[in-house]
Amino acid sequence: MRPQTRISAYTLSFALLCSSSAFAQQKAEVLHWWTSAGESASVKVFADQFTKAGGTWVDNAIAGGANARTAGINRMVGGNPPTMMQFNTGKQFDELVSNDLVRDVEQKAQAGKWREIMPKSIVEASVRNGKFYAVPVNIHGQNWLFYNTKVFADAGLEAPKTFPELIQSGEKLKAKGIIPIALGGQPNWEHNLFRAVLVGHGGPDMFRKLYGARDQQAVKSPKFKETVELFGKMRGLVDPGSPGRNWNDATALVITNKAAMHFNGDWAKGEFIAAGQTTGKEYGCTLVGEGGGKLVIGGDVFVFPAMKDKTATATQDKLIDVLLDPASQLEFNKKKGSIPVRMDVDVSSMDVCAQKSNAVLKDPANQVEAMELLSTPNFSGAMQDAVTQFWNNPNMSADAFVEKITNAMRDAS
Amino acid sequence: MATISIPTSNVSTGATRTRRRIRTRLPAAFALLPTALVVLVVYIGCMLWTVRLSFTSSTLLPKLDWVGFAQYSRLFVNDRFVTSAENIVIFGALFISGCLILGFLLAVFIDQNVRGESVFRTMFLYPYAMSFVVTGVAWQWFLNPGLGLQKLVRDMGFTSFTFDWLVNQNMAIYTIVIAGLWHGSGLTMAILLAGLRGVDEDLWKAARVDGIPTWRVYTSVVLPLLRPMIVTATVLLTAGVVKLYDLVVAMTLGGPGIATEVPAKFVMDHLFERNNIALGTAAATIMLIAVVAVLAPWIYARYIRPQGRHA
Repeated sequence: MRPQTRISAYTLSFALLCSSSAFAQQKAEVLHWWTSAGESASVKVFADQFTKAGGTWVDNAIAGGANARTAGINRMVGGNPPTMMQFNTGKQFDELVSNDLVRDVEQKAQAGKWREIMPKSIVEASVRNGKFYAVPVNIHGQNWLFYNTKVFADAGLEAPKTFPELIQSGEKLKAKGIIPIALGGQPNWEHNLFRAVLVGHGGPDMFRKLYGARDQQAVKSPKFKETVELFGKMRGLVDPGSPGRNWNDATALVITNKAAMHFNGDWAKGEFIAAGQTTGKEYGCTLVGEGGGKLVIGGDVFVFPAMKDKTATATQDKLIDVLLDPASQLEFNKKKGSIPVRMDVDVSSMDVCAQKSNAVLKDPANQVEAMELLSTPNFSGAMQDAVTQFWNNPNMSADAFVEKITNAMRDAS
Repeated sequence: MATISIPTSNVSTGATRTRRRIRTRLPAAFALLPTALVVLVVYIGCMLWTVRLSFTSSTLLPKLDWVGFAQYSRLFVNDRFVTSAENIVIFGALFISGCLILGFLLAVFIDQNVRGESVFRTMFLYPYAMSFVVTGVAWQWFLNPGLGLQKLVRDMGFTSFTFDWLVNQNMAIYTIVIAGLWHGSGLTMAILLAGLRGVDEDLWKAARVDGIPTWRVYTSVVLPLLRPMIVTATVLLTAGVVKLYDLVVAMTLGGPGIATEVPAKFVMDHLFERNNIALGTAAATIMLIAVVAVLAPWIYARYIRPQGRHA
């Protein structure tokens, strides 16, 4: 080979290398588990915004949260991480932070004043060792009571404000041949119902003491026993077909006037919307509990795996701008059924439930951080086992249930 | 000289033979090497790794510390694991015996030269073509008191009819058995039918000459002849019992309460949902020990003892 050709060959390959890395700069692989119709429509908002900003969005959707997280964590540990990966707000990514597998985004957080525009509990759930390690994108309320307005009007009843009231109304509705509470009888939904009762009747402090501090005294208190007994009475308000039912089938019972009430997170709105119903008209949403009800909030975050490559880090920064852009926040959350994580976004164009969420959350005293933010997945799982045993065995006493909880507090890591 | 040369040549031919044997076997050994490596590294390696992890305090990521038998003592006071273990015993006993009995009866029925035999054969084998997930969902709908069988019979006028096993804590595990039987007996039938077809026609003729009733021929002559088929079917069914997971997930999700939890689901939940690798691997190790405990006497009887007897 003559020297000249050799040089030109080198230049060519160098140029190729440069262009390929310049191309890679724009490319972001995003791993998430938003696969249902509504969810994929919402994630498309981010994808479109990112494309508009000049990037290439490579969508890697894996159905099922646990599957997606396992796949993503395996890739991170194996050294081939996605550019950005979804988690639920909370403790799911703790060990990724302590093993330096994800990078902190503190610089972006300070520039964007995240600590001022996001609710305190969401901030706390994203910060480790004083630095932001995750970017929250939405807030889901988990303890909404959805009720069928027609069924309540026909029975001459008002939507209940407290749990003792709810049980009274439930008995009346049952006498009229209506299913008082539509429940998806799977362990996690039974547990979700328990948490709604706990935060509504026991109060936010008891909720935090149980899931966060694992305070054994709190669960031995008379107030807790009273809460458990109320929860136990609700067993009589669900229909016999409940065990094993999917949550959306439970929502459908309310939509079709067969059931009166349904506790669920605000994602259930998607089912009502798909059935052509409007908030405040065919169905209403309210928070049950003493003092107007508190809202249990969780949501989704994105974490950014640590990358050696500088261009990849720049892509990640670009993604963060897209995620927290007010316009994409509003559009994304409208489709997702959640509310924007930025409290400074104008929500007047959103539905009544979302506006209610936003108004409730304006007062920090109404914010209760979700179980995922307080408790390890392992303790949450052990609690779920205890709750589902209590719920499905009408003979189990409140004391036996308390004993199961204290055992879980002791044994779970 | 001659007396010395004979043993020398003997030794040399012996050595060449060994060398030749090695040379001819080398390609075969080479071809088997990848499989052997996979077995060693993937199966045995992962097994050892699992056992090792069960002695650690790993949560989301593996951590190689040593906590002794702490995870095991947690495991055996865990309600859910104890229930899982009981359930798998109930399911295993009923499922295997049920499939064998039903499968044998179906095979005998088809063996009577019924008309449209292939239709029946397809019909009985058809459920096996379904995945456990489809089976589970179908039976969940069918047994749901508000949707399926109970509602159907009540709508026909029998208002006091109750069949709520699926939502009844004490009976739910038996609905899993029913679905499992529906799924598995067809395969057992196919295996046993193949065996029945292999029974020598002359045996039947001889029995007819001697005037032995048909049922007696089946129980005393045919059944012992089918022994290898029955063993094959049992091994296949046992494998199905150990890995029972998807049927439960699709049908009851372990509920009502924890009434239909099974060990494989316990392991999966703790590994992938509850960030508790250590407890999950401890449960997996117990499953391994249980399987080995069941298989060991069988392997001994089948492979080790006969060899000892011949030698």
